[in-house]
Amino acid sequence: MPIFKLSINGKQYQPDVAEDTPLLWVLRDHLGLVGTKYGCGIAQCGACTVHINGTAVRSCVLPVSSVKNSAVTTIEGLSANGDHPLQTAWDEVDVAQCGYCQAGQLMTAAALLKKNPHPNSEEINNAMQGNICRCGAYHRIHEAIKVASKKI
Amino acid sequence: MSTNTQNSRRDFLKISALASGGLLLGFSWLDTDAAIPVAITDLLAAEKKGFNSYLSIDTDGVITILSPNPELGQNIMTSFSMIIAEELEADWTKVKVIQAPLDTKSFDRQLTGGSGAIPHSWKRLRTAGATAKYMLVQAAANQWNVPASECAAKNGMVIHAQSGKKLSYGSLAVQASAIEVPKNVPLKDRKDFTLIGKIVKNVANKSIVTGKPLFGLDFYREGMLYAMIQRPKAFGTKIKSVDSAAAKAMPGIVDVVVFKNNVAVVGKSTWEVSKARKLLVIEYENDGGIPESTSDHNAIFSNLLDKGNVTVKRKNGDVEAAFASAAKIIKSEYQGPFLSHSPMEPMNFFAHVRPDGVELVGPTQTPASARSATSKLLGIPEDKITLQITRLGGGFGRRLKFDYVVEAAELSNIVKAPIKLIWTREDDMTGGSYRPAVRYRFEAAIDSSGNLTGYKCRGVGINSGSPTREDNFPSGAIDNLLIEAVEHKSAITTGAWRAPITNFLAFAEQAFLDEVATAMGKDPVQFRLDLLARAKSNPVGTIKYDIARMEGVIKLAAEKSGWGKKKGVSQGFSVYFSHASYVAQVCEVVMQAGKPVVKKIYAIADCGEVVNLGGSRQQVMGGVLDGMGHAMYGKLTFKNGAAEQNNFNTYRLIRMKDVPEVEPHFVNNGIEPTGLGEPALPPTGGAVANAIFKATGKRLRNQPFIEDEIFKTT
Repeated sequence: MPIFKLSINGKQYQPDVAEDTPLLWVLRDHLGLVGTKYGCGIAQCGACTVHINGTAVRSCVLPVSSVKNSAVTTIEGLSANGDHPLQTAWDEVDVAQCGYCQAGQLMTAAALLKKNPHPNSEEINNAMQGNICRCGAYHRIHEAIKVASKKI
Repeated sequence: MSTNTQNSRRDFLKISALASGGLLLGFSWLDTDAAIPVAITDLLAAEKKGFNSYLSIDTDGVITILSPNPELGQNIMTSFSMIIAEELEADWTKVKVIQAPLDTKSFDRQLTGGSGAIPHSWKRLRTAGATAKYMLVQAAANQWNVPASECAAKNGMVIHAQSGKKLSYGSLAVQASAIEVPKNVPLKDRKDFTLIGKIVKNVANKSIVTGKPLFGLDFYREGMLYAMIQRPKAFGTKIKSVDSAAAKAMPGIVDVVVFKNNVAVVGKSTWEVSKARKLLVIEYENDGGIPESTSDHNAIFSNLLDKGNVTVKRKNGDVEAAFASAAKIIKSEYQGPFLSHSPMEPMNFFAHVRPDGVELVGPTQTPASARSATSKLLGIPEDKITLQITRLGGGFGRRLKFDYVVEAAELSNIVKAPIKLIWTREDDMTGGSYRPAVRYRFEAAIDSSGNLTGYKCRGVGINSGSPTREDNFPSGAIDNLLIEAVEHKSAITTGAWRAPITNFLAFAEQAFLDEVATAMGKDPVQFRLDLLARAKSNPVGTIKYDIARMEGVIKLAAEKSGWGKKKGVSQGFSVYFSHASYVAQVCEVVMQAGKPVVKKIYAIADCGEVVNLGGSRQQVMGGVLDGMGHAMYGKLTFKNGAAEQNNFNTYRLIRMKDVPEVEPHFVNNGIEPTGLGEPALPPTGGAVANAIFKATGKRLRNQPFIEDEIFKTT
């Protein structure tokens, strides 16, 4: 199997995996970065969202061979100390219930705020529409994004 | 061993000095009332007797609480700990909460289901906290040589006001562990609560937002193998032949094994296993069951409602006479489809069957039943099987069924290796644990004076168990009443889905009552209050709901929503008693581009004492969205025994844009907590349907609502 050189959260990794392996499973099974979640495998739920060069991408359908030199950021690398404005807002607003989808929600929201630091409600809804929260924490996800946007 | 266990079960509180010094207060959840406290001097001895259930106070003041019930987002780790900390007068910032493993010797009811954990444990947890506080105060009083009655505990300190002396819990922990355990400690008056009723944030927040490995799917053990199972695609079929040569030849594949109706692919990574599984060539044949289609079910429903062998669940008065003499009869039928639970974390479990015992790790709502089933299957005694409970990425009842735990154990036993069994989303949605499809026929008789004199409900469900709740409202309020049930046995397997049966029955009943109120020219809220007044003054037969509590939520919902007083919105009302709590809802709908849009839902809950206001709001708001989302969009259909939807591209769940404003309120009447994990869900479908009727004149009687023509683009 080929060895891929990946840059993830500022660190270099060289997993030896089949080239069609989705980045999600490289992260989870081969690199021990399990913060990125499997939810559907077909880019419908957003639980697997990571950043590729700052853009939110569904890692469950992204073959590792297509990552190349791109900078990958996962929830583990969103901030050094878990203190990204969204992470602190998530705590302040007490967003999570089961918590399983929240890494994906956070990564989608972080990519949104990077492009648009002060989104209105409609822009938040549009950006977050691809992320399912089965517990129904949507109100607080929305609110926490607003709280974070005020801190940026 | 067994004798010790029996004795220990009668002992409520046990103490021991921690190895590092400090107070260990073990409290068994078993038999709290038969408490003969026994001091234990050695922690190891305590452990041998099964005391893994304890709160401990270390000399640095850190209070560690073991939370026994599986955490799936109901926030039990936070609320259990709040109850202990309240009575303990702990400094909340020093409380650490840990998920306990399965330990049936120390805990009872170590499961998550039935909205029952807080009601069950409320008094035990308070007593545990109060007992520890008593001992800490006594230790301080001894040290200061003053009466304990002159000392007070607050925020992790014992204070002697007269002298101004103070000691921290950490510094008192060792001495406190030597104090005799009190038998009857007073509990706080609720007016003195400082934590209970407040908003306390989820204790797992930091781990969740930083992506820590909390969940079953995150569990990793060096040397473990990954496994997926191909199960029959259609219910009512079994394996005829398997050709696994191509799958076995794939890189990373260790083995392909066939057991029961399963073909398991075992390999070195999730992706390799999933790729190889696609290459299995499996032929299936009929197993003697009927591979049913949804069209069959529609015919079965009609047939059983007309000619089925019904069981009379409740009969009051002379129903036939009431209908024979009625001036007006209203008759409607309501139908709900199968639903998938679809928790965001798919089913998975780690199992390692070794010669000397079994290790199980993963997400389950019923750890004790899962272990017991594993024990029976493998013929290994339960005391050789450990089960570690991970955080659950949702449950909704799916993980009350332990099929995937037993599969993992069976497979590990066959391949003689530690394995993690993973279900894909498609496996979960097609794999057979569904909210049963149901249909109800309601009839109401109104006499010439405009009184509701007769009421009938006949329910039919597919593998539903009893589809009725015959002693619930409006039973007791109507002279002539008949509740009947029929069940159809099917090859399609079902399971408890959040608020079993009532998740649809509540909609059907509350929408029908709205029809009856409209036909009688009565305000829907006043109609229900009149029925309750009747049930209160002169009840017909026995009832299992509390009239005052139901009236309480109805009246508060009317008040908070400005019922009947708002212009520009159409309001719909619903109220339901489920499990042990009461929730009334008012839904507000407006018309946009010719279609009804749900703008807001008021939800008023009486769950008794609100433990964590933040967590309680989450349960109500999440329950409302769960109820609305599935009423609007949820549908799982079958063709020749196979599910026709297998992932979120065809099975629609509620998303952010679909979400209305939700305003929760609580009737905080001070009665002991009655549970909140499920009760907010059942009323929602009815409130939504009734508001849509108000807005459009159209009655929605079938779910999902979205398929009705009022939502179609014209």
